Amino acid sequence: MYESNGEKYFIVDAHMHYWNAAPDNWVPGAEQYAEGWIKCFHAYQGLGPPSTHWSLEHFEKYSEDDLMKDVFEDGYVDVAIFQPTYLKEWYKEGFNTTERNALMGEKHPGKFVYNTRFDPRDGDAGLEELRRNVERFGSIGCKLYTAEWNNGSRGYKLSDPAAYRFLEAAQNLGIKNVHVHKGPTIWPLDKDAFDVSDIDHCATDFPDLNFIIEHVGLPRIEDFCFMATQEPNVYAGLAVAIGGLMYARPRFFARVIGELLFWVGEDKMLFGSDYAIWEPKWQVEGFAAWESPGDVELSDYPKLTTTAKKKILGLNAANLYGIKVPDEYQLPAEAGTPGAQEVLGEPVAGA
Amino acid sequence: MTAPVLSIGQQALLAALETVRDPELDEPITSLGFVTSCTVSADGDATVRLRLPTYFCAPNFAFLMVADAYDAVSALPGVRRTSVVLEDHFASDAINGGVAARAGFVRSFDGEAVEELDQLRADFLRKAVMAGTDQVCRPLLAAGTDPAALLAMTLGELPPSRALARLRERRGALGLPAGDGAPLLVDPVTGAVISPDAVPVHLRKAQITRVGIEANTGICRGMLRHRYDTPGQGETEEDQ
Repeated sequence: MYESNGEKYFIVDAHMHYWNAAPDNWVPGAEQYAEGWIKCFHAYQGLGPPSTHWSLEHFEKYSEDDLMKDVFEDGYVDVAIFQPTYLKEWYKEGFNTTERNALMGEKHPGKFVYNTRFDPRDGDAGLEELRRNVERFGSIGCKLYTAEWNNGSRGYKLSDPAAYRFLEAAQNLGIKNVHVHKGPTIWPLDKDAFDVSDIDHCATDFPDLNFIIEHVGLPRIEDFCFMATQEPNVYAGLAVAIGGLMYARPRFFARVIGELLFWVGEDKMLFGSDYAIWEPKWQVEGFAAWESPGDVELSDYPKLTTTAKKKILGLNAANLYGIKVPDEYQLPAEAGTPGAQEVLGEPVAGA
Repeated sequence: MTAPVLSIGQQALLAALETVRDPELDEPITSLGFVTSCTVSADGDATVRLRLPTYFCAPNFAFLMVADAYDAVSALPGVRRTSVVLEDHFASDAINGGVAARAGFVRSFDGEAVEELDQLRADFLRKAVMAGTDQVCRPLLAAGTDPAALLAMTLGELPPSRALARLRERRGALGLPAGDGAPLLVDPVTGAVISPDAVPVHLRKAQITRVGIEANTGICRGMLRHRYDTPGQGETEEDQ
């Protein structure tokens, strides 16, 4: 929990990791990809305040104690949601698997939610693994990385028939929340890999699943926002938006938050630190204290109120994951400002 | 920081590279800091080295930049042989080899691509048109012009600006109306005039498209700065 200016915030970190990207975990022959991936993540950390930067060596492999201190002791987080990223073509034991997360998490009951994952290209064996993971770890959410390399393929679309088969199975197993992270590759490579229109189809065809688009669809925030106004079950994951812009590019941050409040609305935005890319401490403190510069250019955006901040920093995710929030952190019923979908009364026509 | 002294040949090379844009960010690769070095020998051998913000930047856009740089440089008078090399990228070999062999994207990524990249480029030019629409409309709206009045305006009625020239150039490249008599607000796919009741949403979409591109540019610049501590050729302090 976080307390500032007499306001109390319940903090759910809806997107964080416990990875091992050190050379001892690199797949022989794929070292350049394993190294390229973690260096890319490390460069993202460079967009945060200098006092929060880590050495590359520490960043590659941090300990359980580091995580507990950074996220819970110093970072104000009440409950953290592990989002696995496998990348087994590059990392021998995977970059950050459901199992690795859960092995750590079980020592700290009540602190973590274990999301799992699937890859539609894994066929029947993948379905079986998904079933086992849901049973073993109690997952009600999963994280999908569509640019993952798999046996010669460089990615997939969520509208592929194979993906639908997995989404159906996931839903039957009790999965409620699907976090989607787009990356730079896909099949075929001539298409825009960051395009979010496949999620649009899924959100329509699976109305009982919630789709949380990580990194607010960046670098396609505009396409994401148009889609989000039309699909009631689409949410914005703020990982990267806060970590990558709030400190490094405050004016763009003001505009991105303003656009999200307008198109998506404060009820459908979820804080995620993306730890260990960025520590939650400065993000929570900065976001709770943040005020729009308030000049003319930003004047037609909805305001980021204290109520909105409480929802975004924890209450919205608690709602999606059924996390119990103590009464003192709850908001009065119906508090807040609606997004474009409710204001405009009907879906905004597509681009 | 003082600008390095460039030879006449290097200046011509840089001027050619300034015409090459990152299709996603709609900015010249020079001002983005993507040009590591560019040299030309007395015999007319031009060598360009390019770099990107991450090892995993999207390979299709990377290919377009390398291919466009090759075309721009090899068209220069006096350049006899051109070499463009993308460094530190997971697909460097496929891209550099494919561009050098003039093989196109599909052949360069055998089995991984279905079409050349014209459609991708056009999609991103449309985004640039939307962002450019916001750039030219925003000052008018700030000066009190009613949004509905923008619908009746033509490009020729707008005060001259770099943003307007850029918008006309992008619209022209897509085959959309771009002359003095062309309407200001058009659909970036069909070129049809926007209907009156769609104007508020059109302007909102133009605005967020610009916000998205500018936010991406900010992140890319930050990542590039973390990766390389030296400025690119043709990159100014203002750009950074």
